[in-house]
Amino acid sequence: MTKSFGSHTVLEGISFDVPRGATSAIMGPSGTGKSVLLKNIIGLLRPDRGEIWVDGEETVRMREKDLYRIRRKFGVLFQDGALFGSMNIYDNIAFPLREHTRRSEGEIRRITLEKAAMVGLLDHLKKFPGEVSGGMKKRAGFARALVMEPELIFFDEPDSGLDPVRVSYLDELVKKIQEETGATFIIITHNIPSVMRVADHVGVLYRSGLVRFASKDEMLLDDNPIIRQFLAGRANGPIGMDELATEESDVERDLVARSVRRAEERKAQRELERDRDVLQV
Amino acid sequence: MAMVVPGISKVGNVVREIGSMAAVGIESVRRIFSRPWPVAEFLDQCWFIAKVTTVPVILISIPFGMVISLQVGALIRQLGADAHLGSALVLAVVREQAPIATALLIAGAGGSAMCADIGSRKIRDELAAMEVMSINPIQRVVMPRVVAATLIAVLLDAVVSAAGLAGGWFFAVQVLGVSSSSFFASFNELSQLPDLWMALVKAGVFGFIAGVVACYKGLSCKGGPKGVGDAVNQAVVITFILLFFVNFVLTAVYFNFVPQKV
Repeated sequence: MTKSFGSHTVLEGISFDVPRGATSAIMGPSGTGKSVLLKNIIGLLRPDRGEIWVDGEETVRMREKDLYRIRRKFGVLFQDGALFGSMNIYDNIAFPLREHTRRSEGEIRRITLEKAAMVGLLDHLKKFPGEVSGGMKKRAGFARALVMEPELIFFDEPDSGLDPVRVSYLDELVKKIQEETGATFIIITHNIPSVMRVADHVGVLYRSGLVRFASKDEMLLDDNPIIRQFLAGRANGPIGMDELATEESDVERDLVARSVRRAEERKAQRELERDRDVLQV
Repeated sequence: MAMVVPGISKVGNVVREIGSMAAVGIESVRRIFSRPWPVAEFLDQCWFIAKVTTVPVILISIPFGMVISLQVGALIRQLGADAHLGSALVLAVVREQAPIATALLIAGAGGSAMCADIGSRKIRDELAAMEVMSINPIQRVVMPRVVAATLIAVLLDAVVSAAGLAGGWFFAVQVLGVSSSSFFASFNELSQLPDLWMALVKAGVFGFIAGVVACYKGLSCKGGPKGVGDAVNQAVVITFILLFFVNFVLTAVYFNFVPQKV
């Protein structure tokens, strides 16, 4: 898929398949369009070209009504939780249940408390989002994302604004819940230690293109200079300070050529895989 | 090469803006008929708008009625017709002042708060979160506000009319020495019942416009807290301009279709 804003192409020829029931991380330097990619997948933005398949259904050309139906399979944790400021944590977590199901208040209470216990928020349910820390907001957002038992959970920078200890707690929580629920997790981040802990598959975005999407072990052994520099967090290498700089290195030309080639390969492959049990994005 | 007309992009922006505003309006009307109906949100909003507008609008209205009494009273006394002061007051207050004052307050007090609320939800990603929870923000957030603004505007119009007439009556009787009975008896000399209906319709339309503009501006704001401030500012200005324009159009249409007494 490709997405531009005005004359600025944010994502170009991105193509990858997300394996079902595993945790995938999308990484990349700041400003490479990771969040835009996420917004495209969940349908808040529509790509200019290309297709996105969720559970055997194409969402790009989908009608609004069907998109709302597909989204019931989604749970999204936004960057700062995106909790409703006018409700306390309990009501925030219960909100999707109240809106979408006809369950009794007792049942809603049971499910809400169960999810709140999962993320360790039982003591803070009466507080409002403005009164709790960033980590709590994220956990509350996580509980809210889980409450409808989604098949697909997205995380937009779950580690931003948290200290390293909290990040690893959150990672453990993510890992535990992934194992319990068996849902597909997609994490947008640039925190490498966190990816190493939780992700099974890793994709690296750079300058509007996808460098590679593969399993974590393959990525670690990859000798592409961009991937090596990024995973090692070094300053010297092809990744510069300014994401929008225009000079093109050999590496980037190679990258563009490879992404075009891969797009073609994927297209052929996608036709084959459509019927199989593979979640395609 | 394409011809470049200076300022053409500005015109395009204005047209686009009007179009999106109309789209928000139409969509929220369409959403009135879909389920589930956010009753609690609607009642909350009604209460909120009524709470912030009722007292100020009464305080505006009473002196306005008194001023009309004062202005017209002096003139009408020279003609020896002070008994007919009530008719002039009804004309001014019920027909024109009440719907406009209502709408100004709904836009200035209710709409600005509404716009700031939606705008800050927008920049905190709350609306996006709602959307990915498969909840349409137009139905859940915008529609109840627009309907509440419309309903409260109609109800408020009645309050404003009564307060304005009360202010005018007080001034006429206490200061100008007009008798109460002739003041009330002259009410229907220049105006008729349809004038009241029209005033209520006007107030409803103005309330709807104020609600739609406020919600649209809130929905389309971007760029952090400053964006919210700008959006509120624009929402109030746009609403005021639209109100006076729509008021003229509605009045012209009304005069064309309903025969007037004078």
